[in-house]
Amino acid sequence: MKEIRNLTCIRCPMGCQLTVTLQDGAVQSVTGNTCPRGAEYGRNEVTHPVRTVTSTVRVEGGERPVVAVKTKTEVPKEKIFDVMQALNGLYVKAPVEIGDVLLEDIAGTGSSLVATAEDAAC
Amino acid sequence: MEKTVKIAVIGGGPAGLAAAESAVEQGIRPDDILILERADKLGGILNQCIHNGFGLHTFREELTGPEYADRFIRKVREHQIPYLLKAMVIDISPAGMPGGTGLTVTAMNAEEGLVRVHAKAVILAMGCRERPRGALNLPGYRPAGIYTAGTAQRFVNLEGRMPGHEVVILGSGDIGLIMARRLTLEGARVRVVAELMPYSGGLERNIVQCLDDYGIPLKLSHTVVDIKGRKRVESVTIAEVGPDRRPIPGTEEEYTCDTLLLSCGLIPENELSSALGVQMNGVTKGPVVNESLETSVPGVFACGNVLHVHDLVDYVSEEAAQAGANAARFVLGEIAEDSAAPVTITAQDGVRYTVPSSISLNRMEDRQLIRFRVGNEYRNAGIRIEFDGKEFRTLKKNILAPGSMEQVILQKKDLEGIKGLKNITLRVVQY
Repeated sequence: MKEIRNLTCIRCPMGCQLTVTLQDGAVQSVTGNTCPRGAEYGRNEVTHPVRTVTSTVRVEGGERPVVAVKTKTEVPKEKIFDVMQALNGLYVKAPVEIGDVLLEDIAGTGSSLVATAEDAAC
Repeated sequence: MEKTVKIAVIGGGPAGLAAAESAVEQGIRPDDILILERADKLGGILNQCIHNGFGLHTFREELTGPEYADRFIRKVREHQIPYLLKAMVIDISPAGMPGGTGLTVTAMNAEEGLVRVHAKAVILAMGCRERPRGALNLPGYRPAGIYTAGTAQRFVNLEGRMPGHEVVILGSGDIGLIMARRLTLEGARVRVVAELMPYSGGLERNIVQCLDDYGIPLKLSHTVVDIKGRKRVESVTIAEVGPDRRPIPGTEEEYTCDTLLLSCGLIPENELSSALGVQMNGVTKGPVVNESLETSVPGVFACGNVLHVHDLVDYVSEEAAQAGANAARFVLGEIAEDSAAPVTITAQDGVRYTVPSSISLNRMEDRQLIRFRVGNEYRNAGIRIEFDGKEFRTLKKNILAPGSMEQVILQKKDLEGIKGLKNITLRVVQY
C-alpha cells in the first residue's frame, strides 16, 4: 500500500515542507528537503522519531542554581520523559565546562548528557 | 571612568559580539573597541535559550543558545576585545571627541560609577524586549502568575524555578512555543496556546516540535477575554475572534490555571537611539538604515534585534558582522562618499518593511542583501522587484509567512544598469 506523509522538517529553522512516500511501511522517497539532514529527518520521523532533549540540572557551588544540558545525540521520542526523570535527580558540582559529560547512557538511550553552558565555581 | 575609543558597541549579545569581532577583522585594534553590556555575562538572551537549533547556517552544526554565544565570546576573548559588564548605558550624545566630532556614551556601572566613553563610531546592538501585559489591553484582574514567556524562560533555565503548574499561553511567538515544551518537560500542564491572528507568529518547526509532539492545542483566531483570581491567577477565559479581531460572544471557554504566559511580540529597545535623534522606522520600531547599516546620525550603525526583530540568530550575526565592518571602514576613513541621491527602497503590497531602506550606489558592495517580512500568510506567491516602477524580476515563493524573515539579493551591476535609478519597490504578487 502506498502512503504519502507531509511533514515540516524540524532540523533547522528553515522548516522545509517534506513529502515522504512509503510503500508498505518502507520509505520510498523524501522530497522537499534542501539538505541531507532533512531527508534523514523525513525517514526517521515516519519510522522511529527521535529528538534532542535540552534541559537543566542542579549545580552545587556554582554561580547559578542550574546549568543547561542536552543529550549528545538524538534519543527516541518516546524516551523523552525517561530522560527528564533521569536528569531531574541529578546534581553536579561546579565548575562545569561546555561539553562536560555529566551522565553516560542516560535512561538507557545510549546517549550521554552533556553540559551546554559553563558555570565557574564561586 | 573616562575612556576614548574608536568604536563603542552598545550590547554584548549576539549582535554586539559579532560586530566587535568583525571590526577587529577589518583592521581596528581590539584596544580601540569597548563593548558595554548591561548583564553580568556576555551572550545576551542566548544564555537563557537553552534549546537547540542555533548555528546551522553559521557553523554547520546544531547548537544550543549558550553554545552559540560561547563561540562568539571565545573570539572576543581571543582578540582581547575589552568589555565592561553590568554597564547600563543611559545616554548617547553627539560631539564627544575633541574638536566636536564623534559621540559620547554615558553608562552606569556599580564599580566604576559613571562611565563616559568617547567614540568615533557607535554600534547599536541593544536587542529587543517583549510586549508586556500593559501593552496588550487584557481585561480581568491583575493577580500574580502573569509573565512574559521570556521571563518564565529566565526563571526556569537560569534561576531553576517554575513559574507555575497549570499554564495558558497567549500568543504563538517562538519563545511562547519553546516555553510550552519546556514547562511540559518540567512537569507543568500547558492547557492551550491562543493566538489572536489566523496564523502563528512563530516558526512552523516550533509548532511541530513544541506543541504537536506534546499534544498541546493551538487555537488560532482566539484571545484572552478574562483573567480570574485576586491573589494568583485562577482561570483564564479565551474566546474566538472574528475577522475584526473582536471576541465572538458565545465562544468563551474557561481554563483553570495558575499561570498565564504572554508571547505577543518583540519590540526593539530603542530609547537610546530615539534620544540621540536617530530617524526611526514606524513598522520595525528600529532605526532607518542605509546599505551600510548606518543610521541617520553619521557614525552610528545598528544591527540585530534593535534594528528589526529577526527569526534566526544566524542572520543577526551575519548582519552584525556587516555593521561592524562598516563601522570600522567609517573610522578608518575607507567608507566611500554617499551618492548625491541614494536609491530608495519601498515596501508595498504585503511587504511590511525593508532593511536597508536606501542604497548608495557609490557605497554598495557587489551584492546587497535586502531583508524584510510580509504581513500575511501567502501560498504560491512571489516577491516582485521593481526598478523605477518596472518589473526587474519576480522570485517565486511557495510559502510566505509573517513569522519568517525573507530576503532578496540585489547585484550592483543590475542597479547600475538602470540609468538614473531612483527607486526599488518590493511587493508580494499572487499567482
